[in-house]
Amino acid sequence: MNIIDIKNLYKTYNDSEVKVHAVNGVDLSFEKGEFAAIVGPSGSGKTTLLNMLGGLDQPTEGSILIDGTDLSQLKSSQLIDFRMRNIGFVFQAYNLIPVLTAKENVEFIMHLQNRPKAERESRTMELLKAVGLEGRENSRPNKLSGGQQQRVAVARALASKPKFVLADEPTANLDSKSTENLLDIMEELNRKENVTFIFSTHDQRVMNKAHRVITLEDGKIISDVRKN
Amino acid sequence: MIASVAWRNIWRSPVRSGVIIAAIAIGMFAGVFTTTFTKGWMNQRLEAGVETEVSHIQIHDPKFTENYELKKYIPGGVQLSEEILQDETVNGTSPRIVIQSMIASSETGTGVRIMGIDPEKEKTVTNLYTKVIEGDYFESMNRNPVFIGKKLAKKLKVKLHSKLVITLQDAQGHITGGAFRVCGIYNASNGMYEEMNVFVRNTDLARLAALDETVAHEIVVHLKEPEKLEKHTNSLQAKYTELDVQNWKQLTPELGYINEIGNMYTYMFVVIILLALGFGIVNTMLMVVLERVKELGMLMAVGMSKARVFWMLMLETVLLTLTGGITGILLGLGVTYATMKKGIDLSMYATGLEDWGYSTHIYPTVETEMVIVISILVVITGILASIYPARKALKYNPAEAIRTE
Ligand SMILES: Nc1ncnc2c1ncn2[C@@H]1O[C@H](COP(=O)(O)OP(=O)(O)O)[C@@H](O)[C@H]1O
Ligand SMILES: [Mg+2]
Repeated sequence: MNIIDIKNLYKTYNDSEVKVHAVNGVDLSFEKGEFAAIVGPSGSGKTTLLNMLGGLDQPTEGSILIDGTDLSQLKSSQLIDFRMRNIGFVFQAYNLIPVLTAKENVEFIMHLQNRPKAERESRTMELLKAVGLEGRENSRPNKLSGGQQQRVAVARALASKPKFVLADEPTANLDSKSTENLLDIMEELNRKENVTFIFSTHDQRVMNKAHRVITLEDGKIISDVRKN
Repeated sequence: MIASVAWRNIWRSPVRSGVIIAAIAIGMFAGVFTTTFTKGWMNQRLEAGVETEVSHIQIHDPKFTENYELKKYIPGGVQLSEEILQDETVNGTSPRIVIQSMIASSETGTGVRIMGIDPEKEKTVTNLYTKVIEGDYFESMNRNPVFIGKKLAKKLKVKLHSKLVITLQDAQGHITGGAFRVCGIYNASNGMYEEMNVFVRNTDLARLAALDETVAHEIVVHLKEPEKLEKHTNSLQAKYTELDVQNWKQLTPELGYINEIGNMYTYMFVVIILLALGFGIVNTMLMVVLERVKELGMLMAVGMSKARVFWMLMLETVLLTLTGGITGILLGLGVTYATMKKGIDLSMYATGLEDWGYSTHIYPTVETEMVIVISILVVITGILASIYPARKALKYNPAEAIRTE
């Protein structure tokens, strides 16, 4: 059973003189528990694809079904709620609220969902432990390294137990050691807790860790390889 | 949680926030202090106008008030004054003979209003007797004493014990004059009043004007409950239908409105300050929003609705405004309380004020209602100033916001 079904997806930008077909006819499915990388050169459409998949941007054409729900059928208020419950996000940068501590950042979404305090606390501590940040829960982002900040972002993305996590170039600003560390943590969460990760990258070492590599070029899929 | 984020966000740029907070604080300090200062000033003017000059209620023959004709007196006015005094709501009454006349010193002369009074009764209706700056209030002098204002003394170039001649037309229509001596000089902090109002004993004036001692042109009534002014005015009017019963608000409408006008001016002042500050706040918040576009995009992506983002920015603006506002209001109140006892002496800078009845020594007064209204205005300013920047933030969809450079 697929948790994501993308059919005939297009995104065309008209705002400049020339039309840009950022995503140009993509059909793609993901199953529960995948650890998949979307790769391709800069400008190939990775961000555009992930944004549409996350409901942050509307397709020009085509449909995205998540567990049977067609994203285009949701009203904007429903979409926000849907995102909050079903999709975790990790961005390249500006992931965290600078004025909140690591713990508060992870708790933030659960706050918006009005979860009880006890649940929030235990879930937060569990996640921070899982990403190896025990003891740093009261640090603000500017007191954490880039790698630590991205790990907080991963913990935050998982806070509301989403169906899958979208990570757009999560390691782009990290050195190789932090990159490896972050990938290891993500892989472990994937292996032990069956968390579905879909991340984009143009870093060869990151691709090597993925269980499936989808390659984009000019908005089209040119290869989709599963490793075992 | 959102409130806490909003509050902490203010301190992300301590200098920028500090500058706008300081501007708001200074503005609100000025607003509050001007308000308490004006309030004190107006109250003093009101107090002087009512307690020193007009008293609460005055009763006349309806024709008398038209042109102060000598013959339009209240026959048996002295008796009537005693009768009104019997009412338990009345604190004091005083019958007066009032005649427009000329007063002259050896140097010069001028037209004035002569009040023939019984000093002991007069003390129960006004506090003018407490405003003596030289001599006394009809105490030591036996023959024809006259009690005049500071400003008139200056104008006529007379001193204590100087001789003054009062010339008037008596009840038979003859021009007649009498010599009086200055027994005391008063300072009513109102040059116009001081120049116009001259006091002598009613017996002396009645003799000079060939009037019966039992008549009065004016009966002045001082109430025990000044706040029930309208009610007592009406009941006296109902009782003495042939006479004209007027309270101080009717006699001196400008005093009646002084509070409303004073409040209106100070509110206008505060609103203008807030308007100017409002633009500064809008500008600060626009910078905030521009700086945080990516972060706001992230917040929207992870589940904050536009309404919540709007609310967060509005809260941040209101908290910023309130921080400055409350600081300024407290400073204003602090300076008010510090100067309340001793007052502020403006006599060096504003000598002309006294001519218009405004004291130059001002005691600021706090009115809780005004402080509350100003606080509400500050909050409203914060809310209004937040709308434009917050709307700017909502223009972006999350994907665009995260992509912005
Ligand atoms: N808002 C936009 N307006 C116009 N063109 C855009 C916009 N966003 C992206 N593009 C274009 O779409 C193409 C794909 O971009 P993007 O999805 O960011 O690629 P990647 O993430 O793989 O680098 C690029 O050519 C980019 O210039
Ligand atoms: Mg990209």
